[in-house]
Amino acid sequence: MEEKLISKIPDGPLAEKWTKRKSEIRLVSPNNRRKLEVIVVGTGLGGSSAAATLGELGYNVKIFCISDSPRRAHSIAAQGGINAAKNYQNDNDSVYRLFYDTIKGGDYRSREANVYRLAEVSTAIIDQCVAQGIPFAREYGGYLANRSFGGVQVSRTFYARGQTGQQLLLGAYAALNRQIAAGTVKSYPRHEMLDLVVINGQAKGIIARNLATGKLERFGAHAVVIATGGYGRAYYLSTNAMNSNGSAAWQCYKKGAFFGNPCFAQIHPTCIPVHGTQQCKLTLMSESLRNDGRIWVPKKMEDVYKLRKHEIKASQIPEEDRDYYLERRYPAFGNLVPRDVASRAAKERCDAGFGVNESGLAVYLDFSDAIKRLGHQRVQERYGNLFEMYEKITDSSPWKEPMMIYPAIHYTMGGIWVDYDLQTTVPGLYAIGEANFSDHGGNRLGASALMQGLADGYFVLPVTIADYLSHKFAEPKTDTNAPEFEEAEKAVQAKIDKLFAVKGTEPVDVIHKKLGNIMWEYVGMARSEEGLKVAIEKIKALKAEFWQTVRVPGTQYEFNQELEKALRLADFLEIGELMARDALNRNESCGGHFRVESQTPEGEAKRDDENYMYVAAWEYQGEDKDPVLHKEPLKYEFIKVATRNYKD
Amino acid sequence: MDFKVKIWRQKNAKAQGHFETYDVTDIESDASFLEMLDILNEKLIREGGDPVAFDHDCREGICGACSLYVDGRAHGPDDHVTTCQLFMRHFKNGATITVEPWRSAAFPVIKDLVVDRTAFDKILQAGGFISVRTGSAQDANNILIPHETAEKSMDAAACIGCGACVATCKNGSAMLFVGARVSSLALLPQGRPEAERRAKAMVAKMDELGFGNCTNTRACEMECPKGISVDHIARLNREFLKAEFRG
Repeated sequence: MEEKLISKIPDGPLAEKWTKRKSEIRLVSPNNRRKLEVIVVGTGLGGSSAAATLGELGYNVKIFCISDSPRRAHSIAAQGGINAAKNYQNDNDSVYRLFYDTIKGGDYRSREANVYRLAEVSTAIIDQCVAQGIPFAREYGGYLANRSFGGVQVSRTFYARGQTGQQLLLGAYAALNRQIAAGTVKSYPRHEMLDLVVINGQAKGIIARNLATGKLERFGAHAVVIATGGYGRAYYLSTNAMNSNGSAAWQCYKKGAFFGNPCFAQIHPTCIPVHGTQQCKLTLMSESLRNDGRIWVPKKMEDVYKLRKHEIKASQIPEEDRDYYLERRYPAFGNLVPRDVASRAAKERCDAGFGVNESGLAVYLDFSDAIKRLGHQRVQERYGNLFEMYEKITDSSPWKEPMMIYPAIHYTMGGIWVDYDLQTTVPGLYAIGEANFSDHGGNRLGASALMQGLADGYFVLPVTIADYLSHKFAEPKTDTNAPEFEEAEKAVQAKIDKLFAVKGTEPVDVIHKKLGNIMWEYVGMARSEEGLKVAIEKIKALKAEFWQTVRVPGTQYEFNQELEKALRLADFLEIGELMARDALNRNESCGGHFRVESQTPEGEAKRDDENYMYVAAWEYQGEDKDPVLHKEPLKYEFIKVATRNYKD
Repeated sequence: MDFKVKIWRQKNAKAQGHFETYDVTDIESDASFLEMLDILNEKLIREGGDPVAFDHDCREGICGACSLYVDGRAHGPDDHVTTCQLFMRHFKNGATITVEPWRSAAFPVIKDLVVDRTAFDKILQAGGFISVRTGSAQDANNILIPHETAEKSMDAAACIGCGACVATCKNGSAMLFVGARVSSLALLPQGRPEAERRAKAMVAKMDELGFGNCTNTRACEMECPKGISVDHIARLNREFLKAEFRG
């Protein structure tokens, strides 16, 4: 393994690695914790739970978020659930099985040791959340209820209606509030991190912009934790929130943190289709719907034409003329295949001309059988709020006609490279949750993002960060007047000045949409060598166009959303290029990354384990220089690497 | 569709605000209200003007960021929706639409339609939690909670903290917001030990921050995008009275 990529995976049997590592990690005594400061950037599940737990332990924590309240982080929008290997359903679930499903679901591109640890701590998350008062769904006897998600054959998903992310985040936010009240955590809402400050090779602080006043502020600490989520908005249209962005992670990359597997983006199969050119956001319909909903398109082309002309309704097409293509192609998992498989299958049918709406980019998700089988009341209890949400948006009732859905960008498995301790290649800089690359390989299973965010925040980071901090308590507080802070602030100021100086004509969103179109066309569901090369050139040209034509109105020293967006888009233009570059390098299909050159005769993804069984970790080399690729080989000692099979 | 939009413009917290009217044209009927504002902003930017500031994020009705008072109603003329889930098909073509920020002493304007809602965070910091340390919990199934109780708690926990209740209330009271949190936790066995103390501390903080009193008009319940019931205010009052009684 390369010198810079030391994964720090403990030796020994898989099931004992985490215990072993925990026993080796140095401790910081309570009186020394008081002397140590930690910055946490981001208040989603990872950031809030980490800050609350670190505060509880007695560290001095500063937490930052770009919204007006920590509670609005995008974790809030997660709908379906959170996985845990509780085996409450007695369906022979176990830590090993959750680990195995996650590795397989990720198409053998994640680390065994990390994933096993994730499965191991999953059960404690549910205990913690219940103790916090999260109203998970219950059976009539008062026990916790479960449902199934894609890519598994057990019921291990815990849920709170279609608002599981909201409830889990409110739990973590409550724990955070308790620490804010106790004085161990100081909260900085409406603050955006614009640079990482590195002193003597170690992360020592950040430069943030106060979004209400526009002032640049300096914050020092002994360690910095990045919990700012993913970069799916590089595609412009996605299920991510409007303000979700990759900028904090990108500044870390530019300051020396390697970026892992940037091309691994998840395309979620069940989103409400695009309705027009004025749209800026796609809405997800929870994967839980695939428990009872059946996905189909018509078998006959004549029915497709009639549907598009509104001459018939979907409900009028007889059973024998419907193609339940997931059940047909993947009988063992049916409608509950993993997301990447379901998305590609939808694209395949639509590309073949069977898409059911006017644009030809939609398939049906049908509940008529479920309503017949379970009755109105039970379907209402399970999915009522999702049906309501769908009807509000589309003006069509899923009780009467099937939903129309289409794949959309949802999550990024790639992110900042971290070792087993969740530390990046910059000492003192940690990355947790969606912001890191570590647990989901080429494809994330449903209900596992919430699990990872909380596993990292509550149970992993607060333990591992002590190993680093144990060497730091004798160091004085970081001096924010140090030349490194001065320099970083100046660089941020220069970037802001440069944006205002363009004085062009184009609104930020107009250029962002162009980036989105390039990304979706060339770095989307099907990628090719030729297309990716085109993408890189087009993104470079668009970046130049951005810096010549963008118009940022107003001034720096006010609440200025256009400036916020412009700064984020400047980074997305660079992130998009790295994604294309990584996709070009990885000449195999795995998980959500589908290279048209690498497929089986049936059109299934074809991995190339011989050449690509590694984590691609990219190192920044400077403006307009090509980044350097480092490879962390993936070794599977405990699991047999196989071709993913959801057919039998 | 075409509209005239009359929008509250206010440079910053200290500046005097005023209404300005803009024309927006060629809006798809399936566009959301915020997409309509995006289109207006794009036009303003191209014309060299200052776009309208408004809070928004998830655009699917769950983050609670959007907070517009549209035609005299919090979140506009549709029931049980946030502004981001309000669609232009609910308006008449050619209509004049008035857009204002939340108006409440406890929520000062930052710019245009953006207000400062950190008062809500402060109320929750006063006691809106269960005091459990990470890692100290027992097995989740050791706490049995009847299905109906969990559902009731969830009804209250669905609050998104948008502030529509405060904006709607003629007294600027936050009782529905506080009631929802107190009630959601008080219904559960895990939340019982601190229930009374929690109610007392949160109500005291609410008063301190300048929110008004509840006079049972139930306007908050009507305009809550998540349909949270005033029954939760009753439960808050019970917990509060018990706490007062015990001193």
